[in-house]
Amino acid sequence: MAFLSYLINGISLGAVYAIIALGYTMVYGIAKMLNFAHGDVIMVGCYTVFSVVSMMHLPVWLGILLSIVVCTVLGVTIEAVAYRPLRQASSSLTVLITAIGVSYLLQNLALLIFGANTKAFTSVVPIKAVKIGDKLTITGETIVTVLACIIIMIVLTLFVNRTKAGRAMLAVSEDKGAAQLMGINVNRTISLTFAIGSALAAVAGVLLCSAYPSLTPYTGSMPGIKAFVAAVFGGIGSIPGAFIGGIILGIIENLSKAYISSQLADAIVFMVLIIVLMVKPTGILGKKIQEKV
Amino acid sequence: MKNYFSKNKDTLITLGIVAFAYVIIEIMVKQGAISSLFKGLLVPLCAYVILAVSLNLTVGILGELSLGHAGFMCIGAFTSAFFSKLTVGVINPDWLRFVFAILIGFVFAGLFGFLIGMPVLRLKGDYLAIVTLAFGEIIKNLMNVLYVGRDSKGLHVSIKDAVSLGLEDDGQILINGAQGITGTPKDSTFTAGFILIMISLIIILNFIKSREGRAVMAIRDNVIAAESVGINVTRYKLLAFSLSAALAGVAGVLYSHNLNSLMATTKNFGYNMSIMILVFVVLGGIGSIRGSVISAVILTLLPELLRGLSTYRMLIYAIVLIAMMLFNWAPSARAFRARIIAKLPFGAKKALNEEV
Repeated sequence: MAFLSYLINGISLGAVYAIIALGYTMVYGIAKMLNFAHGDVIMVGCYTVFSVVSMMHLPVWLGILLSIVVCTVLGVTIEAVAYRPLRQASSSLTVLITAIGVSYLLQNLALLIFGANTKAFTSVVPIKAVKIGDKLTITGETIVTVLACIIIMIVLTLFVNRTKAGRAMLAVSEDKGAAQLMGINVNRTISLTFAIGSALAAVAGVLLCSAYPSLTPYTGSMPGIKAFVAAVFGGIGSIPGAFIGGIILGIIENLSKAYISSQLADAIVFMVLIIVLMVKPTGILGKKIQEKV
Repeated sequence: MKNYFSKNKDTLITLGIVAFAYVIIEIMVKQGAISSLFKGLLVPLCAYVILAVSLNLTVGILGELSLGHAGFMCIGAFTSAFFSKLTVGVINPDWLRFVFAILIGFVFAGLFGFLIGMPVLRLKGDYLAIVTLAFGEIIKNLMNVLYVGRDSKGLHVSIKDAVSLGLEDDGQILINGAQGITGTPKDSTFTAGFILIMISLIIILNFIKSREGRAVMAIRDNVIAAESVGINVTRYKLLAFSLSAALAGVAGVLYSHNLNSLMATTKNFGYNMSIMILVFVVLGGIGSIRGSVISAVILTLLPELLRGLSTYRMLIYAIVLIAMMLFNWAPSARAFRARIIAKLPFGAKKALNEEV
């Protein structure tokens, strides 16, 4: 029974990773860059909900809505100001370093505004925990998180494959130049991708902080990096891959916390990344791209 | 002799600047013109300079982003502090023990660089960055659960807690998990730091100019072209990466022997430190060793001298990082710069030359 409850917690955590990883994987697939600031967008989303709900005592739905709006605007702004000018730059190192700078900037702004103290986040999930048998309880947060993750994945898959904007994304991720020749507005498509990714980050943030209710300026950075691990694990650029990778990673993390050592759980998660990259760098569902001279 | 000077002009200028700065600061210390706060900064400053210079070897010369540099520093710090604690009173005089400690930090960090580099350097770009970050975090996490104790029966190691070491009454805990190592002898001095900076600079500047260094730069510029002229890509990449790690280890030795209690926290050996070093490298100019030295000094001292600024220190670092990258690398910013230079009376010729 204990094992089952660890497993369920793992799936819940994994679903959060999966939602974050979806944002990562879409941005990586299209802009071919590792958006280091993605994790910190999550943190901004959490602080938005926190200020609206806990400090201003406004309704929860308004908080979530505002946090999605703030994150979306933030994501699009970051892309336009910091990443777009560097898109044509010769080295891919430059945009990566800039992304790290943005991540650092967001963390330190939050630190200045809200202080380093841990804020107690009140869960926004109204559903009560479900009891199965005597020992097994599934919290409302778990149910909502897993459901949200599945719904988001299905909607996103439909969006990418069925709509015009979604197909434009696919085309841009295949070949930017060719997509431009077909009349696709590459800049707008990339902005749209960042907008979707950041909106997902806001949702993930709310769910993450509802399950683990402590909020600091660094709340987002570790889950962000782990979600990237999940995206790589599942195969970068693949939507179902991000889902599978996230869930597996969440389970691994929770089980190693329970059975090996809680302090070493992070190290184990990172070992998974390294092993995956050594053995199958393209991930579970990734496509292999041959490098040409 | 003349030939030697003209060949190594750049190296000598860099070394000269460092030596000059050292002499000035030493005189100021002797005159008592320096506050104790500033004095306390001198040894960490030397460590930061070495870190910046060694990271520049990876980022600027090898052309790969490493986000785990603080991890190698951590290895150097802990192995050497452990060694010094073991041999306090055994190896005399103190300076000899410190020399051994430095060598141990260098060798172990280099060894880890080699072991980690072997699988990791097959990757590149973003993947390499994230994997080095992962390794840095793993090293930090392992240090936080490592317990080592000593008693009459020898050394005991555990990764659970201090009790499970099973020490006898005369036992002594050397590495105490998250509390780290306490009571490391304070061997680091500003002069030692200066000497280590000079040695690191000589090693790196000579490496860049050597056959190996040129091979590394050829790999950076075009892997396939380098391979086609018979350069062993893996070997040279590994060489540069291990050297960079080993020098980071030396910085760790300097850092750890300046502290009474050495702990592996996010602040000193985690991701934050790696980013801070990266800021030094980027501000000084990627690939410019002299620039790294200068920017490390300026960025460390400036926030401390302007007292009110220290709250905003990290914020300023972040803005500097973004602004420098955009200003230096964005094609539109470069074009803008070229236009400005062309408008200046003395810049017209230079701009023309750059066009060609």
